[in-house]
Amino acid sequence: MERKEKLVVVGNGMAGVATVEQILKHRHSFEITIFGDETHVNYNRILLSSVLAGEKSADEIVLNDIDWYKSNDIRARLGCRVTKIDRARGVVVDESGTETGYDRLILATGSSAFVPPIAGLDKRNVHVFRTLDDTRALLMKARPGLKTAVIGGGLLGLEAARGLQLRGCDVTVVHLVDTLMERQLDAMGGAYLTRKIESLGMRVLLQKQTQALLGNGHVEGLKFSTGDEIEADLVVFAAGIRPNAALARECGLETGRGIVVNDYLETSDANIFAVGECTEHRGQTFGLVAPLFEQGKVLAATITGNRGPIFTGAVPAAKLKIMGVDIFSAGSIDDQEPGVETIRYDDPTLGVYKKLLVRGNRLAGFILVGEANDEHRYMDWLRKGADLRKQRRHLLFPPPADDAGLDVAQMPESETICGCIGVTKGQIIQAIHHRGVNTMAQLKESTRASTGCGSCTKLCEQLLRAVAPEFEEQTKTTLCACVPFSYEQLREIVRGQQLKSVQEVLNVYGNRKGCEVCKPALSYLVDMVWCGDHEEDRSARFINDRVHANIQRDGSFSVVPRIRGGVTSPEELRRIADVADKYNVRMVKITGSQRIDLLGVKKSDLPLIWADLGMPSGQAYTKGVRMVKTCVGTDFCRFGVQNSISAGVELERRLENLYTPHKLKMGAVGCPRNCAEATVKDIGLVGQEGNWQVVVGGAAGKNVRKADLLITVKTTDEALEAAELFFQYYRENANYLERTYDFVERIGIERIRKDTVYAPEPDREKLIDRLRRSKALSKDAWLERDAPVHPTQFVQIKPLEEVFA
Amino acid sequence: MTATMSWTRVTAAENVPLREGRLVRLGGREIALFNLGGRYAAIDNECPHQGGPLCDGIVSGTAVVCPLHGWKFDLDTGGPVRASLPTCLTTYPTRVEDGVICVDVAGGSRIDSGDPN
Repeated sequence: MERKEKLVVVGNGMAGVATVEQILKHRHSFEITIFGDETHVNYNRILLSSVLAGEKSADEIVLNDIDWYKSNDIRARLGCRVTKIDRARGVVVDESGTETGYDRLILATGSSAFVPPIAGLDKRNVHVFRTLDDTRALLMKARPGLKTAVIGGGLLGLEAARGLQLRGCDVTVVHLVDTLMERQLDAMGGAYLTRKIESLGMRVLLQKQTQALLGNGHVEGLKFSTGDEIEADLVVFAAGIRPNAALARECGLETGRGIVVNDYLETSDANIFAVGECTEHRGQTFGLVAPLFEQGKVLAATITGNRGPIFTGAVPAAKLKIMGVDIFSAGSIDDQEPGVETIRYDDPTLGVYKKLLVRGNRLAGFILVGEANDEHRYMDWLRKGADLRKQRRHLLFPPPADDAGLDVAQMPESETICGCIGVTKGQIIQAIHHRGVNTMAQLKESTRASTGCGSCTKLCEQLLRAVAPEFEEQTKTTLCACVPFSYEQLREIVRGQQLKSVQEVLNVYGNRKGCEVCKPALSYLVDMVWCGDHEEDRSARFINDRVHANIQRDGSFSVVPRIRGGVTSPEELRRIADVADKYNVRMVKITGSQRIDLLGVKKSDLPLIWADLGMPSGQAYTKGVRMVKTCVGTDFCRFGVQNSISAGVELERRLENLYTPHKLKMGAVGCPRNCAEATVKDIGLVGQEGNWQVVVGGAAGKNVRKADLLITVKTTDEALEAAELFFQYYRENANYLERTYDFVERIGIERIRKDTVYAPEPDREKLIDRLRRSKALSKDAWLERDAPVHPTQFVQIKPLEEVFA
Repeated sequence: MTATMSWTRVTAAENVPLREGRLVRLGGREIALFNLGGRYAAIDNECPHQGGPLCDGIVSGTAVVCPLHGWKFDLDTGGPVRASLPTCLTTYPTRVEDGVICVDVAGGSRIDSGDPN
């Protein structure tokens, strides 16, 4: 059998592995070894800022898992740095001294963070932001209020700054020149960006050269060349990158700033190639992802004996990935170049700035600030060098009929959808028809589309929806069109961004308007996250939660007082009867929840009725704790083995007045005969001889579902605590309007057990502690009878003058 | 808007909280007043679907959503926001004078129900 050629790749990052993926497509048989000095499999470095910001987990940014290496017979030497290349013998030497022979060698060593040579770099809490480990180290340090300086106001610096700010840090961005992102923006665009960054709550210091890091042992501040200082307990350098060319330089390859390659990605040694950020091509180095994939394709052809395609450089394009700040820039942005015309749109109120640079009727570059959703149209013009003469009048805003910027159906099949990887519409359609692609995950797997910067994800989804026969939406759906984020993302946003009112969330992350779907959901969210320490906005609540009663079909309301455990007294019943008479209640109804409903009450009578009843709200109108239904238990029942009444009343007391993602009904029964139907409640306590079963996720509504066993415990106290743990876990982790029976099925009872009753003690304590804090801030809503939140909360307005028509 | 308008002084502006509605009876009509932040809107209170009280609805931009079944109406035009609904409502001009919301009840207008736009 023919000996396979040995291919060694030094560098396990995006460029190196993408090149290997391309090589595998050529079916040229290599024996492949990949060295990576990081211990991780190939992940999407561009998305590290999303990990820092809490929008993605480390697992979610993995591009090639360990199975990929195995199934392609690739030896992965992870956490192993190559220290030397011996070209004469054709071997690389790693840090352990082990030699690995190669026939062909690809250098994909990437780049390193540039740290300026200033005094005090050795202090603790000084970081760079380049790798997953850097990100993890930053996450360990970040905490609310930590004074943080990010040195560098480029793409990476701003994303790092925002990520740290979302973790609560008090962030200052320090930038050397007078324009943020000056490689991508002009002065005007930079000014827009500065305002936007400042409006997000970060400080921006421009034209500041850091001269020294101050502090004793750990960093305490920065000193600038102008002599002034700022405090900083955490410093992050994101001031640019430098190609890692030392390995190549030391073995005598031609290098400049990077490893010099020709159009075929060949170095000065015929057996050695280079790709990615470590390269220098026609005098240019690279820091953005799209050209690297392009290089990978060319190199794959060259190295597999298909030498022909050439790399001629790439259109630089960059998108800032900060939610709520849309920045996209591509091509040449130098408007001083001869023959360049600029076309501008500039609306300070909207915060929208667009600038196109046109040369010879062709787009040379563009800047989009505040609104980047037509980046695709411009990128397409730029890549194709489209002749714009016919569209001159509509360059900034196409006529509505032609505004196909996002209409994927209108795009020609040759048009590039994913600019990073270089995937066209036709290739995606091909994958859908011939490879059975139906989901985004499959599309990524099959074509790699959207695995770069991710800005084409929407387009890919549109295409899937339009073409794939069985398109499956991803599980992370957005809350609603007003705030296009998933509930989980919003939870992180509200927490990290310290947003304490619904309107703030809508203003920063939504369309400012909101609707009947998102407003109540966000109301619950800010309340739950801030445990009541939020700005209550009644206008965002459904009418039931504005007046604490259930609106009926005729616009009147129903009143259900709390009767804990369904246990009342003759005196209470007399009062209820008197109230029903006094206010001409149209119907008195015993509810299915062992309570009494007074139906047909006018809004203006609500506070009066509550006062006359002298009972707390039963919360029968809201997504909150309804009641605990009980059987008579040991006190009277001859079969009872547990005191279900006292346990049920105590459970109701502990949880009443709290709000939940959806209504929450409970039950407590004194024996397995289950007379109060505890096994079809959201939380049930089922008494047995000598113990309690705590069951969760039951339902007897639209669905009928028997509750799952959470735990069996000996004492009533333990049973109550188990119920509380589940209760708080559900409050914190369920989506709004998700009943426990859906929640339990989605998360799985095993996982719920592990996260609640079987969680380590500190975690359980934290859950209980947050519950206690919420509980301490909660109160009986009907007390608003004496202290309305607004003078006209319950009253109809009496006009100052009459209309005599 | 000419001299033919007849303004009725209804209530102090602060009686209608931001992005909420309040009911008022004027000249035999039930009218829902909304505070849209710096300006006020007045519209027939009764939802043409099943009579729900629009004053109790959630405000979405310049629209209100009926609390009973989610029908949605534009507060400026009275027209339905979701295109499939055939009906629209009367809206009334408003203005604020010395901190008092005034409504021109006689000046109510209704867009043609055949053409919601």
